[in-house]
Amino acid sequence: MKIVVMIKQVPDTTEVRLDPKTGTLIREGVPSIINPEDKNALEEALKLKESQGAHIVVLSMGPPQAEDALREALAMGADEAILLTDRAFAGADTWATAATLGYAVKKIGDYDLVLAGRQAIDGDTAQVGPQLAEFLKLPQVTYVREMTVADGKVRARRALEDGYEDIEAPLPALLTIIKEANTPRYPHAGAIINAYREQKVTQWKIADVEANPESVGLKGSPTQVKRSFSPPPKEPGQILKGSPPEAAKDLVAILRQKNIV
Amino acid sequence: MDFTFPKEYELLRRMIREFAEKEVAPIAEEIDRNERVPMETIKKAAKLGLMGMPFPQKYGGAGAGETGYCILMEEMNKVCGSTATVIGAHTGIGAMAIYLDGTDAQKQKYLVPLAKGELIAAFALTEANAGSDAAAIQTRAVRDGNEFVLNGSKIWITNGDIADVISVFAVTDPALGARGGVSAFIVEKGFPGFKVGHKEEKMGIRGSSTAELFFEDCRVPADNVLGIFGAGFLTAMKTLDVGRISLGAGGLGASQQALKMSMEFAKSRYQFGAPIAAKQAIQWMIADMAIEIEALRSLVYRTAWMMDSGNTGRDFSTMAAMCKVLGSEVACRAADAAVQIHGGMGYMKSYPIERMYRDARITRIFEGTNEIQREVIAKNLFRTVGLKLR
Repeated sequence: MKIVVMIKQVPDTTEVRLDPKTGTLIREGVPSIINPEDKNALEEALKLKESQGAHIVVLSMGPPQAEDALREALAMGADEAILLTDRAFAGADTWATAATLGYAVKKIGDYDLVLAGRQAIDGDTAQVGPQLAEFLKLPQVTYVREMTVADGKVRARRALEDGYEDIEAPLPALLTIIKEANTPRYPHAGAIINAYREQKVTQWKIADVEANPESVGLKGSPTQVKRSFSPPPKEPGQILKGSPPEAAKDLVAILRQKNIV
Repeated sequence: MDFTFPKEYELLRRMIREFAEKEVAPIAEEIDRNERVPMETIKKAAKLGLMGMPFPQKYGGAGAGETGYCILMEEMNKVCGSTATVIGAHTGIGAMAIYLDGTDAQKQKYLVPLAKGELIAAFALTEANAGSDAAAIQTRAVRDGNEFVLNGSKIWITNGDIADVISVFAVTDPALGARGGVSAFIVEKGFPGFKVGHKEEKMGIRGSSTAELFFEDCRVPADNVLGIFGAGFLTAMKTLDVGRISLGAGGLGASQQALKMSMEFAKSRYQFGAPIAAKQAIQWMIADMAIEIEALRSLVYRTAWMMDSGNTGRDFSTMAAMCKVLGSEVACRAADAAVQIHGGMGYMKSYPIERMYRDARITRIFEGTNEIQREVIAKNLFRTVGLKLR
């Protein structure tokens, strides 16, 4: 079985702070990590590799430093790593990203499963997985909490807001995995050393995947982010001093003044 | 010159930190209180290659070198001195002696399962009358056919009661003394005549065990002589040299944690209408801790780099002794300052500072007291100007 797992490198949002003046993210000095739910997707692939054998390819699109996320995936147990990195891919929205990944998955070929995390913590769109399935014309199962593969079929349990849904689909299929599915393993110390000293990350450019230049990067993106901002901080409250009866009186006066009572 | 860590070490540190915070920190208080060696943690650590960090992969290790091992000791000591001590006695001295001086057959038989954490190691040199004067050991080993018969006892052996394999030092020729008359042996816990005695109750590192060992006509196969027969004292000293770097790394972790917690406390503790961080008295303590920590970090990782690049002459030995002294003393001073900054809170058992203070104190004593280290450093220095002191 061949499994392709999508990996995105994201800033560790637990360590991201906002610049109080500009309201934008301070990304400087923030460590980059594998998007958490992508690790859950990889863990599902690793479990399948252990139980029935599989060749796992991890695939990412990003700047050259995204290589570190792929090395970590190799340390966790992936067999092969491919990084899509080219200026032509820059500025992509979710649609163009899915197209780029799609060209690469086609080139990898001969796959039985494509796994992705439900969504990335830096964008929270949950769009790339489903769009990739559309691009590849694959059956898709989203929000997967449990999955098994047997007899050329995948059975998956989707976690919905009000219950579960069990879905069966023929392979090849694309599944997006949620964090409740598993606890991703720690990489072995020796595997970390080998991921950097022994293993390689293959870099693919636009020509390598024979992508249509009009469908990737900024050109292939039907949407564009015009502006990012944080909602203005709440104004500080007012503390009414004095004894409880006095404070209550003051409160009523203020509420009257604001026409609330 | 490049002082940045290669990326594999950054990822290694991140993995170890996550493991330490999720698996080790939550039980640190409990294992200290109950004087319990956390075997469940050791099993989990073994699965991740953390019990054989410095050893080559062909011997079952992680192949992360001394640098990787120091990162492990640094991160582990941030959260639990006891767990770090169990791993340190196992890897840094017990198994290290076999790695440094064992034959290939001995490494295959013992080092491989030790590095994988399937077996636990200990290092047994200290005796009732031989502490800093390690050459004064009295445990005897006498040859009998294809075996050696060991008689005597060892005290204060970390992991003594949980170890499967122990590197033991015994006198093989009393006339020759330390130079030629001491040999090292690999002893399995199942060898006839080996017994574990009393388990000590300690001030700190209480989640690690410290035991007495007895050898009563303990029969050890001649194949288990470790290193050159008669050169056991050299094996012991070489092993302890290497162990000292990681003790420095341990001190680095412990003192960084003391600094971090002290800063958080000084920021949130208000007195006289302002955080106590605004007081110069607190600021100076914080600054002094940070200065010493940065000096220690440079010393430790430079010495680890010397070892990893095969630069292990007399200078290395001097540097390793410096790591041990500075690491332990910075850790003790940082723990003391942390108690002072935390005030009453720092003295209470409900807060980890109290445990960190107790755990730090042993580091100035074990694996060669700081007084002996200073003697080593001075003697090595005088040698460079032509004065050979005994």
